[in-house]
Amino acid sequence: MFTYLGRRLLTMVLTLVVISVLVFIIIQLPPGDYLSSYISELQSQGEQVAQEKIDFLRRQYGLDLPLYQQYLVWVFGLLQGDFGYSFAHGQPVTDVVGDRLLLTVVLNFSTILFIYVVSFPIGVYSATRQYSWGDYGLTFLGLIGLATPNFLLALILMYLANVWFGTSIGTLIDPEYINEPWSFAKAMSVLSHLWIPVIVIGTSGTAAMIRRLRANLLDELQKQYVVTGRAKGLPEGRLLLKYPLRMALNPFISDIGNLLPSVVSGSVIVSAVMSLQTTGPILLSALQSQDFYLAGSFLMFLAVLTVLGMFLSDVLLAMLDPRIRLSGGQSR
Amino acid sequence: MSNGAPPLPHFVDPRPFDPDETEQLTAEQERYSLASQWQLMWWRFRQHRVAVLCGAVLLALYGMILISEILAPYALESRNTGFIYAPPQAIRLFHDGQFIGPFVYGLEYSVDLETMARRYEVDRTDVQRIRFFCLGDPYAFWGLVPGRFHLMCPAEGGTLFLLGTDRLGHDMLSRIIYGARISLTVGLIGIAISFVLGITIGGLAGYFGGWVDGIVQRIIEVLRSLPELPLWMALSAALPISWSPVLIYFGITVILGLLDWPGLARAVRSKLLALREEDYCTAARLMGASPPRIIGRHLLPNFMSHLIASATLSIPSMILGETALSFLGLGLRPPITSWGVLLIEAQNIEAVVLYPWLMLPMVPVIVTVLAFNFLGDGLRDAADPYSTTGH
Repeated sequence: MFTYLGRRLLTMVLTLVVISVLVFIIIQLPPGDYLSSYISELQSQGEQVAQEKIDFLRRQYGLDLPLYQQYLVWVFGLLQGDFGYSFAHGQPVTDVVGDRLLLTVVLNFSTILFIYVVSFPIGVYSATRQYSWGDYGLTFLGLIGLATPNFLLALILMYLANVWFGTSIGTLIDPEYINEPWSFAKAMSVLSHLWIPVIVIGTSGTAAMIRRLRANLLDELQKQYVVTGRAKGLPEGRLLLKYPLRMALNPFISDIGNLLPSVVSGSVIVSAVMSLQTTGPILLSALQSQDFYLAGSFLMFLAVLTVLGMFLSDVLLAMLDPRIRLSGGQSR
Repeated sequence: MSNGAPPLPHFVDPRPFDPDETEQLTAEQERYSLASQWQLMWWRFRQHRVAVLCGAVLLALYGMILISEILAPYALESRNTGFIYAPPQAIRLFHDGQFIGPFVYGLEYSVDLETMARRYEVDRTDVQRIRFFCLGDPYAFWGLVPGRFHLMCPAEGGTLFLLGTDRLGHDMLSRIIYGARISLTVGLIGIAISFVLGITIGGLAGYFGGWVDGIVQRIIEVLRSLPELPLWMALSAALPISWSPVLIYFGITVILGLLDWPGLARAVRSKLLALREEDYCTAARLMGASPPRIIGRHLLPNFMSHLIASATLSIPSMILGETALSFLGLGLRPPITSWGVLLIEAQNIEAVVLYPWLMLPMVPVIVTVLAFNFLGDGLRDAADPYSTTGH
């Protein structure tokens, strides 16, 4: 187990290093040194930029250094929680971000949880009552859920909420709690708003998960040992719970590798549409204002979130399934 | 043996003996066993009614983009400044209990002074008959041939906004029809890029194995563990602002294709790893065939149908990607018109509450995505014509 853990940890760190290089390349993509383009943009608007500020920024990002040193400056800055300097706000991003990082994690985590909690019973029901009306209905609903893009779903829900209740659902915290320290009331406020984006982001993932669980369970149910068990007189419920369900659950956890990137993707665009207080809108505005250092930092944050989540799911899977930890994860 | 007793009565069939008699196939079986792989797949696919229907819908949609200019009642850029945010006009057949063919009632404009919302009243006396096969707004067919012929046009001096108009008085229906041209082709070009990349890279990894495989595997793992959309967003935001709209369009499709290949490459690799051990592959190698020939001529046709099916399933994600990027203002920009660009108008939720038809461009998006999904499902089932569940 520990060798497996060690190896998995090593690959994760390597993956993160590769990703950080990729993200840094993206930061460097726009032509020209981005600070000079920023300055020229400011000057074209007739604003004067103080020389000290320029010098400060140059030093901060090490823009005079060779590329690989710039990369190191950026990465070590990230490691210390320094996300860069926001031009739009004119202050270090850390001051702008506030609770956004935490809320991003909470949002993604709850979405994954939602997908599991909803798809599990539905998947089991669909598989054990194959070709019933319930199965057809749920399959159809699932297909619709799979095909409706989540940001359009967000738009529709916002429209309906506006028409029916006359309120805006585009928030994650009540305004009075923003920039307040965390308290029980604040947590409750987040929880009461969380469910709408969670449903919006989770719908397609849930639909996909139901399909997969149903297919897996159907495969298991046709196997010989199930027939034997039934022939020997095991009660249906016990028969289902004891073996096939456990086998069918395996992909439930291993699939998080596909699920997590899509959930994170979805949460970015849904947050941007509903202007939730997560990192999504900041990433978008940074990209729109061509502030690539800031955008790169957030991109990296999202990637770390995904890779870390996948690492945790792999560890969980190895704990559940001895075949994986013994063969060194080759079976994935 | 014989001792003079008469032989026992028995029956002898007078027909000549044919040793293959029981092996004879009926005409139907003959046809089946002689059919080519693609024929079998087609028969199999035909049984999947929903998939066939979706295929027909998609064919119709793609056929439409060939003649968008003719189908659209208005030209792409024609603005009806007197009819901003006009509501959809219903097509009617009867006026005063009398049948007079398809027509719409005219609109009367007023401003609600309390909410400052634009109000349009249907004027029930103003009958505007729709003209068919008529001359209307001038356009340049595919940007080349000037013309004025339309399938249908508003009445002389009248209006025909079947899906309403937007902030600038553009007819929504016309713009959705024009937008299809961009939105639907983005997926095709993107998948072509991803297909070539996936087959080449996956083919190399699967055929050579060893360290090539190792490196490709690592790259695939890294790419798959990245959230797709933020990466798309960052890359398309990095496209230079000075580029022309056409260049931006190609840039976006390349970006969509560049990040999509890992799935295909993975499938190609795992199939090749198994197939390269086959005898016919060894035979080809011994006869001196080059790796590209072996991969392309002998190995790929084995699972080409699977690849096409899975490619069909990943077109919708590209169409959605383009829609999402344009919607966020990072993808295509006006004057290029795609469904995502049209949806930019729907970002302003206050406007949408007053003028809900701004959300209509999402209907073709959802229809296309659903159709591609069903078609892909059907193709995937049909891709394996000898599987046991059929016939």
